[in-house]
Amino acid sequence: MTPRRAFLGHFYMVLFLIYLMVPLLIMAGAAFNDSRLPTVVPWQGFTWRWFDALFADERMWNALVNSILVALAVVALAVPIGTAAAIVINSVSGRVRATLYGFMVAPILAPGLVIGISTVLFWNSLGDTIGAGGFFLFNPGLHLSTFGQVSFIAAYVMLLVLARLQSFDQGLEEAALDLGARHGQVLRRILLPHLYPAIAAGAAIAFFQSIENFNVTLFTRGTQDTLTVYVFSQVRAGITPTINALALMLMLFTVVCALVYETRRRRRARIVQAREDEARRAEEAMLAGG
Amino acid sequence: MHDLIRRYGATLTGMFILLTAFWLLALIILPNFALFEQSFRPWLPALEVGGPRDVYSFDNYRGFFDQAMATTIFGIPVTISTHLLAFLDTVFYSVVVTAICLALTYPLAYYLAKIASPQSLPTILLLLFIPLWVSEALRAFAWYILLTFNGPLNQLLVGVGAVERGIRWQQGVWTDYDAIVVVLIYCYVLFMLLPVYTAIQSLDTNQIEASEDLGAPWWKTHLRVVLPHAKPGIASGCVMVFMLSAGSLLVPTVVGSTSAIWFPQSIFTQFNDAQNWPKGAAFSMIFLLLCIVFVFAVMRLFRVKLSDIAK
Repeated sequence: MTPRRAFLGHFYMVLFLIYLMVPLLIMAGAAFNDSRLPTVVPWQGFTWRWFDALFADERMWNALVNSILVALAVVALAVPIGTAAAIVINSVSGRVRATLYGFMVAPILAPGLVIGISTVLFWNSLGDTIGAGGFFLFNPGLHLSTFGQVSFIAAYVMLLVLARLQSFDQGLEEAALDLGARHGQVLRRILLPHLYPAIAAGAAIAFFQSIENFNVTLFTRGTQDTLTVYVFSQVRAGITPTINALALMLMLFTVVCALVYETRRRRRARIVQAREDEARRAEEAMLAGG
Repeated sequence: MHDLIRRYGATLTGMFILLTAFWLLALIILPNFALFEQSFRPWLPALEVGGPRDVYSFDNYRGFFDQAMATTIFGIPVTISTHLLAFLDTVFYSVVVTAICLALTYPLAYYLAKIASPQSLPTILLLLFIPLWVSEALRAFAWYILLTFNGPLNQLLVGVGAVERGIRWQQGVWTDYDAIVVVLIYCYVLFMLLPVYTAIQSLDTNQIEASEDLGAPWWKTHLRVVLPHAKPGIASGCVMVFMLSAGSLLVPTVVGSTSAIWFPQSIFTQFNDAQNWPKGAAFSMIFLLLCIVFVFAVMRLFRVKLSDIAK
């Protein structure tokens, strides 16, 4: 690697990061511009009023609460389903496994709007078939958004748990059974503790995927709003910088989460490093003493 | 299966299977079957549903080819249905988006995997992830602000004297779809970068050095060593970016011009404005078929397995 090419690499990387950040920074900046249109030029003076407008916007708060409720419901469904599916698929092989796997990952590759539409059509016709059409359960609403989202988010959880299962030693379960553990104990004490990292990662991914989701939710939501749908309808209806204020808050939230994660990771790495150093020193001291 | 029962007992195994079955049947297979069934039904007022006119037909699929209009494709005048045109445009420009994303991110992925110093890597990855966590709606909105007629981009260009008057970006400069393509790239470029990066990272650096020591020029090293190794990652990235772009409803609605129709917008119009669910279902089936064809094409082209793509 010549220095010139390494420099080109650094340069391109920086350029790319700027490209990613500039639109977001401009959007954030427009939240403080005292102009009725969301823009940074012409700059008409600094103001907090879009934040005041945002906090007074009840529809937005309602949409935010809905988003969080749906995300929690998605986590509560997708995590058990994905984990169970990974355990089941791990116990079969050959053709059955390939077929099951194909069906399970298909929703990840399917477009969101098809998932949303098919979910609405299915529950609607199910309601008509059993003669309960019009009952709220079969009409579009946030519960259908949850079902639609779970159909593909469970696949992410399944893939994570399945990957973790590959490093699981089944001999541990055999040992526990031989020592007289009950089936429930084997699951709770042996298998689940091994899977916890994957399950936790799966839950986090499920939560954020759900909050982010637009396509499935748009078709299944009925008359309810979630945050992304609300932002979409605001953008379409002609907007005030209230949305920019909201965008800024969400971005700050993201950055804070990222920073917390990063500092924790660094601290953990430092602790591991310190332990290794200590172990090495102890070993050296022992060798020197002996 | 017997192994499961032996280890977890009949009750727990039953629960695992029940959960899996609920997912596969109620959330995946039956909804898609409902979509399939509905797409052959006529569009009738509620009272006539189940009546003598409620019979299966291909009418909805025929509707896909209705409403012919005259236009030009690459300068050749043709008469084509509006829906088919929207469909073809969507496929074409999604392929363009995918190709540009790959061209943009391959050098970056290589840089991150093999050149960037290990100390700065976590920070760079973190910076890359932040835009990914900002919702798609807001990323599209950020570009809406950037591209508006009196927006910062035009002001800058006029300010430095590059153009005399502002440009109506959203109406398109070269084609009707310019703005959509640019914003789709911005929104989904990271879905290409991450799988390609992961793939290149698993390549043993010794192989690159061996290739260089044996006198291969840099482009040959990439063509013969790095690219073949990165193939699964590239396949995965291409599928993700194509699917997300072709399936995006947000971006075309937020930054698209009135003369550029993205196929998901056609589907949404059938559902939302026309309330013609059967026709919307037929359009969705066509769209789903496209996606299946695309995934299989990529699998054949790159000779990869489904488990390489869906990760």
